[in-house]
Amino acid sequence: MKPRHKRLIFVAVAVVALGVAATLIITGLRSNVSYFFSPTEVLAGKHPKDAVFRIGGLVKEGSLKRIGKSLTVQFIVTDNAADVTTQYTGILPDLFQEGQGVVAKGRIGEDGIFQAEEVLAKHDEKYMPPEAQAALDEAAEAKKNKQQENLQ
Amino acid sequence: MSINWFKYSSPATFYPLAGKLVPWFAWLTAILTLAGLYWGFFQTPDVLSEQKEYYRIIFIHVPAAWMSMWLYFVLVCWALAGLVFNTRLSYMMAAAIAPTGAIATFIALWTGAFWGKTSWGTWWDWDPRMTSELILLFLYVGYMALQSAIDDPRRADRASALLAIVGLVCVPVIFWSVNCPDPTQCAALHQRSGTGKMESNILIAMLVMVFAFWMYAFAVILMRVRNIILERERHATWVNELLETEK
Repeated sequence: MKPRHKRLIFVAVAVVALGVAATLIITGLRSNVSYFFSPTEVLAGKHPKDAVFRIGGLVKEGSLKRIGKSLTVQFIVTDNAADVTTQYTGILPDLFQEGQGVVAKGRIGEDGIFQAEEVLAKHDEKYMPPEAQAALDEAAEAKKNKQQENLQ
Repeated sequence: MSINWFKYSSPATFYPLAGKLVPWFAWLTAILTLAGLYWGFFQTPDVLSEQKEYYRIIFIHVPAAWMSMWLYFVLVCWALAGLVFNTRLSYMMAAAIAPTGAIATFIALWTGAFWGKTSWGTWWDWDPRMTSELILLFLYVGYMALQSAIDDPRRADRASALLAIVGLVCVPVIFWSVNCPDPTQCAALHQRSGTGKMESNILIAMLVMVFAFWMYAFAVILMRVRNIILERERHATWVNELLETEK
């Protein structure tokens, strides 16, 4: 065996080992990365007391309102099983919307209202103008209807 | 009949070839950048379903992020070739790629911070993709630092090649770390993306910019590798002859 072949084998083994390591990290990240508490966990009292933590979920539809004329807003973070009322003073991120994902950092007051210091909005990576999205939705709807007609 | 595959792996023959290629890549960079930015700014919608005009930063952000991963992959390929075949030019190519890769990584992180402040509400977050991209930046910097820390170029090449190979684990992590269909389950701020969810003009502009970044990388890397060749082969006769004729 030439030295070149030996080195080639060494390199091949190294690359396979890296592949395995990467796969393990990716599966680990997918299943385990949740550095926030869901509303269900918060209501069950699993969150840290007297400490700042993160709460994550969806902004409940129709729950967003402004308190008086201040910059303070109130909304409900939900995981469709439990609700946590959240207050935040400041400018909400652009992607903040009812029905969309949200992560808020703060602490729970004695009144049970989560006082957020920071609100992060999540997004979906749909880069579609409203008209194009409407057209796509329409097309999907038409296709669905056609399939139903065919079934009947 | 046998073709000498290693002909262009000799620095003496690669140096003039690289010199001939650089202007082509430079022109392509200029043309593609102008075309991509024109298309991105004037042929794309101003408002998307959720994002407003600030989404246009993806024409820089996404190509830079892709380049940062690709260049690292290419760097590792050269490092592997160097380890297996012991060719000097392979190591020089790897060394020439590192600064460009580091800059692409930095641009991706920097533009991402701007975008993130407006849309997510934060400059930085320890989201899996951002964290692994930051590690990639450290890998590039570490590669360059290790290379310059060892005086003997042959040993420096081999040591930094090994570091680069181990760091390759980061690239698939960046690429696949975000795949969270349910926002109530995981905290990743980046969401699953797909070209199918993009309006075609936005996609065209983005892909043109990706090619522009590629051409820029080729041009700059070839220019840099020429410098490295001259520096390392300065005692070779062909370099001295070349310098004589250029005087």
